[in-house]
Amino acid sequence: MRERLIRLGFTSGALILALGVTALLISMFDHSPIDVLETAWDGAFKDGRRFSAVVNFWIPLTLASIGLVVTFTAGLWNIGIEGQMIIGAVCASWAGLYFEAPSVILIPTCILLGAIGGMLWGMLAGLLKLRFGVHEIFGGVALNFIAANIAIYFISGPWQPPEGGSAQSTPPFQAAATLPRISDDLQFNLLFLLITIGAIIAIGLLLMFTRWGLTLRAVGKNAQSALLLGVRTERVTLSAFMVCGALGGIAGAHRVLQAYSSLRPSPAGGIGFLALLVVLLISFRAWWVPFIAFALAAIIAGSTRVKTLLQLDQSLAGVLQGLIVLTILIFNGLADRLTRKDHHE
Amino acid sequence: MRNKLLFFMAIIMTLLALIPVAAQDDEEFIFGMVLVGPRDDRGWSQAHYEGGLYVEERIPGARMLYFESLNPSDTPETTLMDVVSLFVDEGAQVIFTTSDAFEEDTNAVAREFPDVVFINVSGDDVLVGTAPPNLGNVMAQIEIPRLIAGCAAALTTQTGKIGYLGPLINAETRRVSSSAYLGARYCYENYAGGNAEDLEFKVVWIGFWFPIPGVTLDATEQSNAFFDDGFDVVMSGIDTAEMVIVAGQRQQEGENVYAIPYNSLEGCNQAPEACLGVPYYNWGVAYKSIIEEVQAGTWESRWDWVAPDYEDMNNLETSITGFALGEGLSEENAALLQEFIDELVAYQMENQDSFFLWQGPLNLQDGTILAEEGETVSLEDIWYLPQLLEGMQGDSE
Repeated sequence: MRERLIRLGFTSGALILALGVTALLISMFDHSPIDVLETAWDGAFKDGRRFSAVVNFWIPLTLASIGLVVTFTAGLWNIGIEGQMIIGAVCASWAGLYFEAPSVILIPTCILLGAIGGMLWGMLAGLLKLRFGVHEIFGGVALNFIAANIAIYFISGPWQPPEGGSAQSTPPFQAAATLPRISDDLQFNLLFLLITIGAIIAIGLLLMFTRWGLTLRAVGKNAQSALLLGVRTERVTLSAFMVCGALGGIAGAHRVLQAYSSLRPSPAGGIGFLALLVVLLISFRAWWVPFIAFALAAIIAGSTRVKTLLQLDQSLAGVLQGLIVLTILIFNGLADRLTRKDHHE
Repeated sequence: MRNKLLFFMAIIMTLLALIPVAAQDDEEFIFGMVLVGPRDDRGWSQAHYEGGLYVEERIPGARMLYFESLNPSDTPETTLMDVVSLFVDEGAQVIFTTSDAFEEDTNAVAREFPDVVFINVSGDDVLVGTAPPNLGNVMAQIEIPRLIAGCAAALTTQTGKIGYLGPLINAETRRVSSSAYLGARYCYENYAGGNAEDLEFKVVWIGFWFPIPGVTLDATEQSNAFFDDGFDVVMSGIDTAEMVIVAGQRQQEGENVYAIPYNSLEGCNQAPEACLGVPYYNWGVAYKSIIEEVQAGTWESRWDWVAPDYEDMNNLETSITGFALGEGLSEENAALLQEFIDELVAYQMENQDSFFLWQGPLNLQDGTILAEEGETVSLEDIWYLPQLLEGMQGDSE
């Protein structure tokens, strides 16, 4: 109990410190922090359209983050998440462009293809690690780069618009691939929302209550011992990459279907990297993912408005996010020390 | 009692009736400007930003909202829809999306906000017939200053090798670089006393409108590579002006090299002595007239490819595009260049449906005939130029 209180205190202390430093930075640029906060708040919550933009950012961010919880639990630094999202986006785009079917079939097909593409790309990172001894961080960075170039290849090559186009986008997807919105105010897609919530619950429960979850944690804590105790660590590692990749792929499908209705260069939009921050922040606890992801999505939506109206640079949001992550990590470390000391007493 | 109530109601009604009138007197007219690069890139995006400032100065009550660096590498999490809906929330009535990169998205967003006028710069949605009624296209005939720039390069080169740093490959970049080539070829033969066959004109595409580390070629490195290979004039087709800085540095080391930037009147500023001049945009002229039309209610969707003011291409009040001489151009060559400009203007005054030097015999890069002897290439065929011209080095697609 006392430990929890200490942790809560430290986390809120970290948040306050991060906000304080940001406020100080804002004042240094001759802006009022209160103004900025108000502008940002309106940017995220002013009306249905603003709120919908937050949700539409939250969906892929949450999917990618929840996927990363799986790999992190297994002790894997899946930097390749961005690439898994991109390949998911590319696969979903193929269906969006060429697979002619009514909406009810086409959209699930896009999602499914996105999941499969992301899963295979994730598996590749796993195989590189297991078969060739390439650390997943290096493998991931390389695979991200390759994925980005695959997207650019399709955009400027086989999928370029008939009129020759501008090498920046494929033609728009078929009308049937347009994601239905819940209403004029709630401009997000119900199916994706349900998939995201379902993924949070499923992964949360799987990690807590199943044998698979247990082996993941065992591998994450100490792969050597787990192996000695009879855990098939290779299979566990590979499955973690595949699950994470599949979720990343669905996130990528959401990006192309929702944000662009076409394939673009860097369709993942850095969301995979942001998801890494989310997971660092919550130290891999699945249940926290949706809340932290929502906060970050709101900060980003807000900062776009701050940039537009106050002409404060948008990178301020990046600074704030970085500060939050940094202070929370530092304070977590401090809290660890403090609570450990308590145990010794 | 009832009288009092009536009295108050009358007062309130009068006040209510007055308020809109009072408000209209100093009413703001808000317009949005979406930039693909930073507003101070000394190139393409800066030219548009300055166009917005131009409108603010000249139309009372006009206020610009702008969003810079909307592109997948600087702001991957932001879409055109996000930005436009913020502008519309603030009351924007006209929104300029100032890049070919926004063409598809502008079309989609315009449908979402039918009461707002959208202008996509350099696009052709209206020409193709896919634009909704609230979407227009505008582009300047930069080909004219490009012909002049090509001439300035050909007059100056000692090695007979001109380098052209292009962005990505599409119809726009093909016709613009080809115009530079035509100007260069003509002047090399007719003014510099060279042989057109000996002129080397090489295009290298960096991959995007401006350099993105790790994604496109590096503009500084490419400029250096050109100069290392004996090209002594490097022209820019990209949004930024690295080649000017490089040429300036190499001049200081004693080399005889020059650059021609692109887009902004300030393009030469970073190394004036190494700069032969700059083909630039003066978007404010077009933006101002579009906004005045919208205010007057007379605006209608159209595709506008605006010609410079041939009376005086460098008149900032009337000409949407021009060529500003640089300090690097010798006096002698400046005089020759003026002769070329006079020739060009005389032609354009007589012919509105083509550009100077776009006359046959002209072949595309693969040898296909573009125009027979005596034939003129139409504006639409220039707009959709399918390949580079024969004689140019570089990829056509």
